Amino acid sequence: MEFVNLFYVLAGILFIMGLKKLSHPKTARTGNMIASVGMLIAIVVTLLAADAIDYTMIVAGMILGGLIGGYFAVKVEMTAMPQMVAIFNGFGGGASALVAAADFLKNYDQLIAGQNIMVSGFEISPVFYGAVVAFSIFVGTLTFTGSFIAFGKLQGFISGQPIVFPLQQAINAILALAMLGCIILMAMSAGNLQLIFLGIIIISAVLGITLTIPIGGADMPVVISLLNSYSGIAAAATGFVLLNQGLIISGALVGASGLILTNIMCKGMNRSLANVIFGAVGGEVEGAAAAAQQMTIKSYSTEEAAMIFDAADKIIIVPGYGLAVAQAQHAVRELAEYLEGKNKTVLYAIHPVAGRMPGHMNVLLAEANIPYELLKDLDEINPEFEDCDVALILGANDVVNPAARHDKSSPIYGMPILDVDKSRTVIVNKRTMNPGFAGIQNELFGFDNTIMVFGDAKDMLNQLLKDVKEL
Amino acid sequence: MIDVITIFILAIFIGFEVITKVPPTLHTPLMSGSNAISGIAIVGAIISTRVGGELGTWLGVAAVAFATINVVGGFMVTDRMLKMFKRK
Repeated sequence: MEFVNLFYVLAGILFIMGLKKLSHPKTARTGNMIASVGMLIAIVVTLLAADAIDYTMIVAGMILGGLIGGYFAVKVEMTAMPQMVAIFNGFGGGASALVAAADFLKNYDQLIAGQNIMVSGFEISPVFYGAVVAFSIFVGTLTFTGSFIAFGKLQGFISGQPIVFPLQQAINAILALAMLGCIILMAMSAGNLQLIFLGIIIISAVLGITLTIPIGGADMPVVISLLNSYSGIAAAATGFVLLNQGLIISGALVGASGLILTNIMCKGMNRSLANVIFGAVGGEVEGAAAAAQQMTIKSYSTEEAAMIFDAADKIIIVPGYGLAVAQAQHAVRELAEYLEGKNKTVLYAIHPVAGRMPGHMNVLLAEANIPYELLKDLDEINPEFEDCDVALILGANDVVNPAARHDKSSPIYGMPILDVDKSRTVIVNKRTMNPGFAGIQNELFGFDNTIMVFGDAKDMLNQLLKDVKEL
Repeated sequence: MIDVITIFILAIFIGFEVITKVPPTLHTPLMSGSNAISGIAIVGAIISTRVGGELGTWLGVAAVAFATINVVGGFMVTDRMLKMFKRK
């Protein structure tokens, strides 16, 4: 049995090497291959070393899961990637919870009797075992239901607006305390263990829902990163249940990765994690809405906008979630290629929280064959706006709202933004005058150097390209 | 016991070191790729399908299916995305 762990360490090393190669787009694909080889080794070794397992059932489960996973991996639109990752996080968490639950049922009799439990050849005290098994089921189930809510919100099955109800925080606090109680009872093998087991499943399932529904669409990058981290923590916790080094190493890697991304996303919004989870941002903001009514905006046709592009030398495109909704990534590339052909510089400004998940915009633009060197992040691009002729904003809103700099009453105050207003001309494309997903009106639209071009991003870009060509 | 805790802490540390170097451009593939890695729960799932113990075995099989979705879907979709990242 011992030698198996060596192979798990090997798999872990391959995962780390794979992740390391993700530090550059050139080597990233090889990295992913290396990691998948690590996974293959871990699976094969487990299948060979395990005794008395049900091979027929395992193969059936693998074929079913492989077909489902493979189908969605091939079919999913790049714009729908956030939903896809959300639901995969859910399956990962669900799998960990199921494994822990299955192991609990296997050791149920010893646990009731308060005996030590044999795990991978070690005798483990029922206190430790009870605590980790309870924790593992808790995190896994919470990840499962939370991810399905996130999926529903991103897919539009559930409103992307924060859903709040009275006493929400109080109910969450009570549920969390009840959860803690269940974990302690499980560790002490006190009371009816079957009831506690069911209680843990139900409470964590409900907590996953109540913690996720109040989070608005614009905060989704944080939630997905956090759920990603949870799925890793769940795997690591299950690793402690089974004393399996493969699960512990990989779970820790994924947990760390998710936490880093969560932190980057929170910084990108200048908000604490607690504020994102409990803040329910995205409701009505009366003051800002009132101010918006006095704002005069200039609405241009694509023909008029085309003339501005014709005279420009340096253009910076700012993509947002609206671009993904309109599937306009290819239309952007066509316009940009034409402008580049006219010896104009075209760059792309990518805000860390643009879109619905970390790196969402980069993947979309990569799909449209836009070279990744042209995609600049916040710190790189902000000095470039000073001598930029046209900043073209496509379906982005909060990430270019100057209120973040000065309006202390704004929910996005302090958020680092793209300094598009420093460009000579700002062209904003939106479908309607409706505020962005954070529900905040944007004073940028009323600025002297801002013009609005209304319409679906894809249609607008196609028309604009036609008009520019006709000049 | 102290062994596995040591491994856990070291793995978190390495994870932080390696992943902070991933550029924002690759954050989506990082998520889907690490997602596939969290499908490592499949190893636990295989172990838990022991013959006998009716309910436990069924839970184990469900876990195998869930984790395989994660592994296969995760690695495949990551590869599909990374294929698209091109230089000028």
